[in-house]
Amino acid sequence: MRLVIYLVLMAGVTYLIRMIPFALFTKKIESRFIKSFLYYVPYAVLSAMTFPAIFYSTGNTLSATIGTIVALILAYFNCSLTTVALSAAVAVLVVLFIV
Amino acid sequence: MKNTFKLGVKDGIPICLGYFSVSFGVGILAIKSGLSALIAVIISATNLTSAGQVAGIGVIAVGGSFIEMILTQLLINCRYSLMALSLSQNLSKSFTLPHRMLAAFGITDEIFGVAASKKEPLTPTYMYGLISISTIGWVAGTFLGAVCGEILPPILTASLGILLYGMFIAIIIPPIRQSKANLTVILLAAFISCMIYYFASWISGGFSIIISAVVAAGIMAYVAPVKEEE
Repeated sequence: MRLVIYLVLMAGVTYLIRMIPFALFTKKIESRFIKSFLYYVPYAVLSAMTFPAIFYSTGNTLSATIGTIVALILAYFNCSLTTVALSAAVAVLVVLFIV
Repeated sequence: MKNTFKLGVKDGIPICLGYFSVSFGVGILAIKSGLSALIAVIISATNLTSAGQVAGIGVIAVGGSFIEMILTQLLINCRYSLMALSLSQNLSKSFTLPHRMLAAFGITDEIFGVAASKKEPLTPTYMYGLISISTIGWVAGTFLGAVCGEILPPILTASLGILLYGMFIAIIIPPIRQSKANLTVILLAAFISCMIYYFASWISGGFSIIISAVVAAGIMAYVAPVKEEE
């Protein structure tokens, strides 16, 4: 029973956090500052999530760093999400294999 | 309508692959914490979030209080509110309240990242495509991790660990060609995030992301406000 309550709380809280702003915010925001803020937020969030976490994502800093460099270069040349992600993983695999 | 669903599925394939490897770890963790594979799958299917699930499983494992469970989830997952708010500004007219309530379930870091990179307004079908393929990867990975976590060679699971971050890089890098501000906001957020990681490690990962993003985006919105839409 206790486990069921845990599961309901976990899922419920997580859902409400997403649903309330998404469902209730139907008006377009007029403030230029807030618009700019929301424009920058995705990049800032993703960047903060990636660094420094990416360097520890493979359990080996050297392989992760090389994987990161590969991803940065391919992304700069507009390769697709899948290409960038998989190439980074392959680079890591190769480095781990050699080391 | 059908095409946008397909497009969503296509855009979600890297997320699905990345989720598969991450949720594999979540499945292993759940078993180690004394939960069954069924419970692990239920948690993944109803939460669809990595950090929140890892923390939640931790609370269950030590028999923490219900308040602790609520606070942990609030703190780690409140970044989704920011993402939901950001996405709410670029929805098509077909996104009625029931669709919003349904699609809100699938706002994760990665789905947000892909959806936010779209210039055209988001449609419910596109979001459902994106969310369903991602959820399949997430739940399937959890199940396999719980059932056969020890089988995959460690060198392979280690390499898969970089997939999701590689995808983030593929989203944030191309826009730096368009404006210096896009580059600055990325560098700023990364800098703050690293500072917190190395010098204020008592701040949890979820909180660190919020602080870094709010400060970086706030500064840039003040210094380099974007031009009004034509």
